[in-house]
Amino acid sequence: MALALAGGAWATAAESPPGDDALARIQAAGELRWGADAQGGAPYVFQDPMDPNHLIGFEVELATALAAELGVKARPVQGQWDMLLDLLGRGDFDVALNGIEVADEKLRVAGLTRPYYVAPERLTIRRDDANAPRTLADVRGRAVGTLPGSLAERILRRAGAEVRTYDGGQNEIYADLLLGRTDAVLLDAPISLYYGEIEPALEGIAGDFGEVRYAIAVPLGEQRLQAALDAAIGTLAADGRLRALYERWGLWNPETAALLGDTRPGSGAVAEALEAWRTAVGKPLPLLERLRDRYPRVLPLFLRGALLTLALSFVAMALAVPLGVVLALLRKYGAAPVRWLATAYIEFVRGTPLLVQLIMLYFGLPELGVTLDPFVAGALALGLNYAAAEAENYRAGLESVPVGQLEASWSLGLSTLQALRHVIGPQAVRVAIPPATNDFIALLKDSSLVSLVTLTELTKTYLNLANAMRDHLGLGLLVALWYLAIGLPFSWLARRAEARLGRHLRTAG
Amino acid sequence: MTAAAVTVTGLTHRHRGAAAPTLDDVAFTVPAGALAAVVGASGSGKTTLLRCLAGLEVPARGTIAIGAHTAAAGRSGAATLRGRVGLVFQTFELFPHLTVLENCVLAPITVRRIARAEAETAARALLDRLGLADKADAHPQRLSGGQCQRVAIARALAMAPACLLYDEPTSALDPARKGEVLDVLATVRAGGVTQIVVSHDEALVARVADHVFRLDAGRLTAEPR
Repeated sequence: MALALAGGAWATAAESPPGDDALARIQAAGELRWGADAQGGAPYVFQDPMDPNHLIGFEVELATALAAELGVKARPVQGQWDMLLDLLGRGDFDVALNGIEVADEKLRVAGLTRPYYVAPERLTIRRDDANAPRTLADVRGRAVGTLPGSLAERILRRAGAEVRTYDGGQNEIYADLLLGRTDAVLLDAPISLYYGEIEPALEGIAGDFGEVRYAIAVPLGEQRLQAALDAAIGTLAADGRLRALYERWGLWNPETAALLGDTRPGSGAVAEALEAWRTAVGKPLPLLERLRDRYPRVLPLFLRGALLTLALSFVAMALAVPLGVVLALLRKYGAAPVRWLATAYIEFVRGTPLLVQLIMLYFGLPELGVTLDPFVAGALALGLNYAAAEAENYRAGLESVPVGQLEASWSLGLSTLQALRHVIGPQAVRVAIPPATNDFIALLKDSSLVSLVTLTELTKTYLNLANAMRDHLGLGLLVALWYLAIGLPFSWLARRAEARLGRHLRTAG
Repeated sequence: MTAAAVTVTGLTHRHRGAAAPTLDDVAFTVPAGALAAVVGASGSGKTTLLRCLAGLEVPARGTIAIGAHTAAAGRSGAATLRGRVGLVFQTFELFPHLTVLENCVLAPITVRRIARAEAETAARALLDRLGLADKADAHPQRLSGGQCQRVAIARALAMAPACLLYDEPTSALDPARKGEVLDVLATVRAGGVTQIVVSHDEALVARVADHVFRLDAGRLTAEPR
């Protein structure tokens, strides 16, 4: 508590003490914040390839319908898929709704509603591969791709397959199968339908590979919210809206029919959403067409991502530079105990991964009562981390100035501080500029780590879009251009500053 | 500038961890406005003596008096000498990122709090006396060794020290131009500043010094005249 108070404006005390009613808060706020990862892709939650500014997917429609049942609006919140339950526990959103598989071990960290969908596992292989595995027994010793932490992964491991897991989007998993890097892919039927079977060269095999049930995760102890969602799912199932939704996405199957107790014969409705997906991304468009039709529409998204990347990097650097200066001065001129502290800080921060530091700040500090805003946590982690690197750059700069310069300053009556400001500092800065520039550009790139804490910066924007549009190369070049557009002007400015500070080194012409 | 007598009594200095003292009970007086030389083999303690006088080394015992100001042994005493006593380093230690004029006005402005215009006028007059009027806006890299030395002298004189110290003033110069140093020392003497030169070049010293002190293993061995 003391820490939260000391945190002042940038920290907010942990939001939901146990016993507080999430349902009442959702209804008071008028919105249901639901967490999902747009990188998870079609048909769950993804950016419309024809209009990437909109999130679409059967779970978007489900969330909207459920929120309406609760009398509120649905607001999606981006979160990395394998972190959704952590983010939920931290209070970043009210529920997690994104293909979350029902499993007992999840009940320790969250509550689960009744399942809303059953997805059979589907094996996908290359049509022309005569040796392709076709049953679970066949996968023993074969390279099979899947998503990490999924039921499919556990099934494959039990069956003795050589499992390859992918942290990126689903598209890569099937791309590797097409390229022959794997022999098969085992994943939930919806993924297989949207990413595997869309390729004419791939074939989906229905068989007895197991099935998963998807449920909505609610924070532990929120029984009223869970009951309200259970009731809402029941209503949507009973009046046929849920079935209509699944049919539109081509996802209706006997398993789900049994789950929802809906025994009416198939309606024969056209899966419009699946058809739209096939039309949009079934065949890669020629580059010219992509440049003309698709890429202009992603510009606003990239711009938003770039602004976030830039803002994060600047705030982090604005923290890293002064802190780095202080650390470098303490390390070089401080009294012994202070010097040791500065050295310990630098070594600790440099010697541990930025990823660990970020997770500690974002998910660890709430245990002490300090819950940081995602931007603050991201900027703080980057800033504190880069301060250590900057300190070493500045120390190298200070070391490069001969000790005689300090003595000459002293003998003229300057204090050490005056000497640093007027004599040592300006000479050290010139030496420190090139490595500091390097670091700033590295920081620009490292800022992509903040996608872990729900921020959709430039890299995450790319990953989401690449998966939604099934276009990794073209969009990859586009995102590279954005990074260069941010980084190059900075390099240029740094070179100018270095030249200006080094004017005195030019010899007579 | 008002020249002041320099009186050293019982000056003893020992480097950390060294068995023998670098300076052992050194005492001498240089009258106001005189030019004294300290000679001796390398390792005899000449430079340490100079650094003690400039307040860059902290002696263990003894006092250093510059006119009416007396600095006792110890860190705080040493600090009081800085700015009162000018030092021309063997390597000059000009500030490379500043022009000649900026080198000369930095300390008057930041330490003495003299207005920039006034400090620059005074510095230009000094540079003019030392034959550097046309170099005021140049950076040190563009100057010859002799010119750098004169800038270092001008920079020290800009603080109006009572005493000016030189560490091996001929070592960085072309042998043919060593004579120029004599002219500079004479110019400074005319300005009324007590000067102490540390040098191993006894022939040079003999031509200009009013007093010559010889150091041998940290002890003052003779005062020939």
